[in-house]
Amino acid sequence: MTARVLLNRWVLFAAGVLLIFGVVRNDYYYTLLNFIGIHTLLVVGLNLLMGYAGQISLGHAAFFGLGAYTSGILTATYGFDPWLAMFLGLVVSGAAAFLIGVPALKLRGYYLAMATLGFGIIVYIVFNEALSWTGGPSGLSGIPSLSLAGFPLNTPERLYFLIWPTVGLVLALSANLVDSRLGRGLRALHDSEAAAQSLGVNTARLKLLIFIWSALYASLAGSLYAYALNFIAPSSFTFMFSIKLVTMVVVGGMASIWGSLLGAAVLTVLPELLVFFHDYEIVIFGAILMVVVIFLPRGLVRGILDLWEFRRYKQEGGTISV
Amino acid sequence: MHRVTFGVPPGIIKAVIGPNGAGKTTLFNLITGFLKPDHGQIIYQGEEIQGQASYAVAERGIARTFQLVQLFDHMTVLENVMVGRHRLSRAGLLSGALRLPRTQKEEAAIRRKAEETLEFVGLADRAQQPAAILPLGLKRLLEIARALATEPELLLLDEPASGLDAIETERLGEMILNLKNKGLTILLVEHDMSLTMEVAEEIAVLNYGRLIAEGAPREVQKNPEVIAAYLGTDWQA
Repeated sequence: MTARVLLNRWVLFAAGVLLIFGVVRNDYYYTLLNFIGIHTLLVVGLNLLMGYAGQISLGHAAFFGLGAYTSGILTATYGFDPWLAMFLGLVVSGAAAFLIGVPALKLRGYYLAMATLGFGIIVYIVFNEALSWTGGPSGLSGIPSLSLAGFPLNTPERLYFLIWPTVGLVLALSANLVDSRLGRGLRALHDSEAAAQSLGVNTARLKLLIFIWSALYASLAGSLYAYALNFIAPSSFTFMFSIKLVTMVVVGGMASIWGSLLGAAVLTVLPELLVFFHDYEIVIFGAILMVVVIFLPRGLVRGILDLWEFRRYKQEGGTISV
Repeated sequence: MHRVTFGVPPGIIKAVIGPNGAGKTTLFNLITGFLKPDHGQIIYQGEEIQGQASYAVAERGIARTFQLVQLFDHMTVLENVMVGRHRLSRAGLLSGALRLPRTQKEEAAIRRKAEETLEFVGLADRAQQPAAILPLGLKRLLEIARALATEPELLLLDEPASGLDAIETERLGEMILNLKNKGLTILLVEHDMSLTMEVAEEIAVLNYGRLIAEGAPREVQKNPEVIAAYLGTDWQA
């Protein structure tokens, strides 16, 4: 990928962010946009792990929650500076990912999926039960907003200007990463772990690193979430939310950095549109996941492009080689 | 494997032959750390390397190819070779994500070296194609290129000629000799006898996990035990 194409994408991204600011006047839409941004951070991280390294985390909501609760508790209860609390959230989540990742990633197969599944459930229980810290099921309130150089980011509109540049930065970092020495190592081990090892790639260590890296994205997203809402409750960090994130990765397209943005956007907006079906949300997400995996295994964008190409080939009477 | 004592003098081409199931690939897997020996030693450049992780063995300068080609199918031909530069470059996660000037310089060097390697094996015009779409003969070449990109001192080739036609096999033989002249030590498992006899300076014969003969191609050819175990019918054909 040439620098020029990339540059254009970033210019488009920045222009889009500014354009939205020029058009949108309603706090509801800013809140929705901020959620899309926060979800994008989560989905990019999970996509690095799933799409590139081929490892599945079914507990990413836990790292999201650890970021949110570390930030929330340290600021609301102990009066820490929000930025410092955000940083400490990263430390906590990174350490948790390290502790789970070391044993789980030494083994081949779906051990990470199982370990993160269990971890997610345990963390959710702790959020509910550690009443004196977390406030239990009724949640933790009194979380302050962030401020930037004395300017409080206390409205959705203001926060938009922190979250979306952050999203841009994280997308850029991730795109760089995928195209770097270790990014190639990740993609290589996804295709053949043995071959990657035979070339000197320490695959166990690399999988651990990218798992921690993706947990850090999730933690960052969690802290932003806590400061955006000024209130958090365990119901935001359920197993169901982890599955939603996996669905966003799949819909956006595995191993697609920009697809992550799309997956997050589509599946954040969709429940808002289907508000009548709220009780069936889990069913709808499950159905979407199934349909995409079966009919568009490369995700929404590339999947539709593939179908279009397939039709064109058929019309021209050509053959298809895959 | 039973009591196989086996040496590879530096700078030569040595072939390991034997009937199917003789333990040739097992030998490779033991050397490259994909299998751990129950007992015994593997000594490389004076140090014991048995039981080490395969990436650590690779870092010491031992590269290999696989009997069943194992390419990175979703990456381009060039990227496959670039992965081979892994052990010779340093960029970590953070410097890769930040694309620091020093990382960019390293990337440029990785790319240049990988292109040179593709040039050497004659795959330069395929650089931007996905590895998955190459025909088998070129896949084998790409695997060798990828292994060469690690700048190994010892190269293990596991049946590099299988699936190649006569012309491709001949070119492969030339390349192997060429590599030897560049100072590489090559250990070769091969079923193609004419190729083996052409390039190998020493041959070891395995049968049921035992070493039954070892020496120059001419001597091995005459060894009655070898003829009985292996060459008997095949060799004449």
